[in-house]
Amino acid sequence: MKKRKKGFPILYIVLCFLFFYVPILVMMVFSFNSSRSLTRFEGFSLHWYEQLLADSEIMGAVSVSVSIAALATIISTVLGTLTAIGLSKTRRVLKEWLLNVNNLPIMNPDIVTAIGLMILFSSMKFDKGYMTMLLSHVLFCTPYVITSVYPKVRQFDDSLANAAMDLGASPFQTLIKVIVPCIKPGIFAGMLLAFTMSFDDFVVSYFVTGNGVQNISIIVYNMTKRTNPTINALSTIVIVVILVALLIGNVVPMLANKKKNGRLKEEER
Amino acid sequence: MADMGDCIIELRGITKNFDDQQVLRGIDLNIYENQFLTLLGPSGCGKTTILRIIAGFEEPSKGELLFNGIDIAKVPPYKREINTVFQKYALFPFLNVYDNVAFGLNIKKVDKSVIHQKVQKMLSLVGLDGFEKRDVTLLSGGQQQRVAIARALVNEPKVLLLDEPLSALDAKLRKEMQGELKKIQQEVGITFIFVTHDQEEALSMSDTVVVMNDGKIQQIGTPVDIYNEPENRFVADFIGESNIIEGNMIRDCLVKFDGYEFECVDKGFKENEEIEVVLRPEDIEIVAPEQANLVGEIISSVFKGVHYELIVKTAQREYKIHTTDIHEVGKKVGMVLDKEDIHVMYKMDY
Amino acid sequence: MRHFKSLIRPYLVWSFLLIIIPLLLIVLYSVTTGGNSLLNIQFTLDNFKKIADPIYRQVFLRSLKIGLITTLICLLLGYTLAYVISGFRERTQTTLILFVTIPMWINTLLRTYAWISLLSDNGVINSFLNRLGIGRMSIMYTDFAVILGMVCDLLPFMVIPIHTALAKMDKSLIEASYDLGANRRQTFWKVTFKLSIPGVINGLTMVFLLSISTFVIPKLLGGGQYVLIGNLIEKQFISVGDWNFGSAISLILAVAILIMIWATKKIDTSEGGER
Repeated sequence: MKKRKKGFPILYIVLCFLFFYVPILVMMVFSFNSSRSLTRFEGFSLHWYEQLLADSEIMGAVSVSVSIAALATIISTVLGTLTAIGLSKTRRVLKEWLLNVNNLPIMNPDIVTAIGLMILFSSMKFDKGYMTMLLSHVLFCTPYVITSVYPKVRQFDDSLANAAMDLGASPFQTLIKVIVPCIKPGIFAGMLLAFTMSFDDFVVSYFVTGNGVQNISIIVYNMTKRTNPTINALSTIVIVVILVALLIGNVVPMLANKKKNGRLKEEER
Repeated sequence: MADMGDCIIELRGITKNFDDQQVLRGIDLNIYENQFLTLLGPSGCGKTTILRIIAGFEEPSKGELLFNGIDIAKVPPYKREINTVFQKYALFPFLNVYDNVAFGLNIKKVDKSVIHQKVQKMLSLVGLDGFEKRDVTLLSGGQQQRVAIARALVNEPKVLLLDEPLSALDAKLRKEMQGELKKIQQEVGITFIFVTHDQEEALSMSDTVVVMNDGKIQQIGTPVDIYNEPENRFVADFIGESNIIEGNMIRDCLVKFDGYEFECVDKGFKENEEIEVVLRPEDIEIVAPEQANLVGEIISSVFKGVHYELIVKTAQREYKIHTTDIHEVGKKVGMVLDKEDIHVMYKMDY
Repeated sequence: MRHFKSLIRPYLVWSFLLIIIPLLLIVLYSVTTGGNSLLNIQFTLDNFKKIADPIYRQVFLRSLKIGLITTLICLLLGYTLAYVISGFRERTQTTLILFVTIPMWINTLLRTYAWISLLSDNGVINSFLNRLGIGRMSIMYTDFAVILGMVCDLLPFMVIPIHTALAKMDKSLIEASYDLGANRRQTFWKVTFKLSIPGVINGLTMVFLLSISTFVIPKLLGGGQYVLIGNLIEKQFISVGDWNFGSAISLILAVAILIMIWATKKIDTSEGGER
């Protein structure tokens, strides 16, 4: 292919990235501002972080977000992984039906999923709050786990499971000692997806919560009426957490690969 | 031939259906202690299904599978004293050589020092000393093969099943492994059940060969029997190259085909029964036309490395002949047969 | 392996209870009246007729307009970005794409909130303009602010599929095109663009679907008076309390979107089939 000139491309990419990142960076910078102003940086301070830590409402929301995300990730990862493994052995018709149903929460607009659950919980006379939020999060996280684990399960060589049983492993031991290690990349990808989906969710949480149970998104939504630098501080922390999670999710597998490739080269010598 | 002990596995009237398709149509087979038995047949003949039933990965639709006299047809694979070497080895990619071999013993919660000792012994049996920490995915095909064998044998099974284990190796390595497998079997002294579609592999390694086709056993016998005395056209055709000719049995030791009577050594057929005769290409001797009843013209001659393959056209048919002599195409020749080389078989219904 | 077949049973029950039943409830609510109690329901189609009311029709048209504009801008900006990125070395491409994806992982709400401090009347942009002597202008609570927020939020969804299509394209096709005498522009339109169409369709659908159903961005950047379909649904459930009407709107939205996804899949597979 002919070499394209690099002048315009670099400029364009820089502009696009500015468009993506400037708002976030501005917010992060102003979270360290010593005054309330959003236009003038008047000196570095951790004032808003202190405020944040002292605000029991926000800290409550943080603990709700974190604990729901953690629980929803664990539950949906287990449920999704088992389902994906089972699916590969299911009759074609049932499998396609279930995969289609599984796609509904992914394809449907969040708001439709949200009001469906809201109607369900109130017609069942469920107390809306932490439990309904957790159930809903497991609901919309599991499809993502299934879609990232299922392709790995399909690649899995059945004869490995047969080999394990041949060597005396029970079905459960085979699951834990052979199948799960083989589909681990899919499970990790699913976990990462589930965690961020749950941690970032606003729409579903907003409709299914009640009794004052709020997560970070809901509290931000309710606070936007007035600009509040505490939110900047909170956002900064949240973004850093997400970035760290992404870094772990992306860099660790890359390093592992490198290590393996390095070893491969050593063997060749 | 190794001496065989008591019957260890017995298949009685085993059938297997997948959906509407019957892949095994009533298999009866006795397998003995210390036997090297090969299931030989074209792909789709049901040989692998038999192996999977013995291993426990499939349940027979009908029939009994006796192991030391006890029906184990419904016993799950992890409770059988049988281990398998898989076609593509099925080594666990996330475990190293040592941990692959130790897998079965770890599952049984055997003492670590005992595991260490047994794994080391097994690795040296298959010639992989010093490979303990290697990544199995980085081993060559032959080495993976050895790990798979060690992994199965370390559990000290009564029976080892091998599902076309050599098919993924190149020709030279395959030859080498054939000898090695036979040696290992004699060393550990257990029953090997070997599945292959490669007749040469079957004949060179086995004590007993079971030829299968279309879900049925065609013939059970020693390699020599199978080659020299094929019971029907399928076996003759599948094992080695052959000329198969329809004819009649005049009486014991006298057979007639292509218009001539020939002396043979086969007995026990009905008088004038329609039969088929197998003539191996290397058993037909070429002589001058005056010296033989069967005469024809050489219509093709192809050099095959060690021998020439000639096609001789007679009034009735074309004969395939292997010879080390050079003959010109177009020459008229006669063909004579030794009476031991005429193999008479029952006619198959098609 | 047959032992593992039963593993899908929990999810079979789960998906029936929490995916199928809620959707059926939405359908049920949309064709009934009687408030939020199931005891005194009556079947009716009034909820759907209500949508024809000019006030609500306005909302639908506005949503459609904003959605289409957003999608179009995303296509132009996104295609350019994807194309430009695909010109770099492979390793650079991976890094650049990672930077495109990172915003997708960050809470939409926080990212939109970040725009508020930039756009508001005494925000960063206005004070900058002021210092330049241009004077302040009102950006918040306009179509412009809403579209800006949506484009920023949804652009990655356009870039990723297009870049994937461009990256997996067989480079020898482009060389062949040059070899056969096509110039750069002809090659782009007749080869590169054609081959990236599946990615374009994918991106278009995703961006359009997300932009038409959002209610956070219009609420935060458009203000309380700014009503799109999403906001209309939210109002019915949170403040007005007319769940039946809210369900009817949701049902129309869901059905329209599912049909669109189905249609694009059809186009996608028939395109793939030709090759």
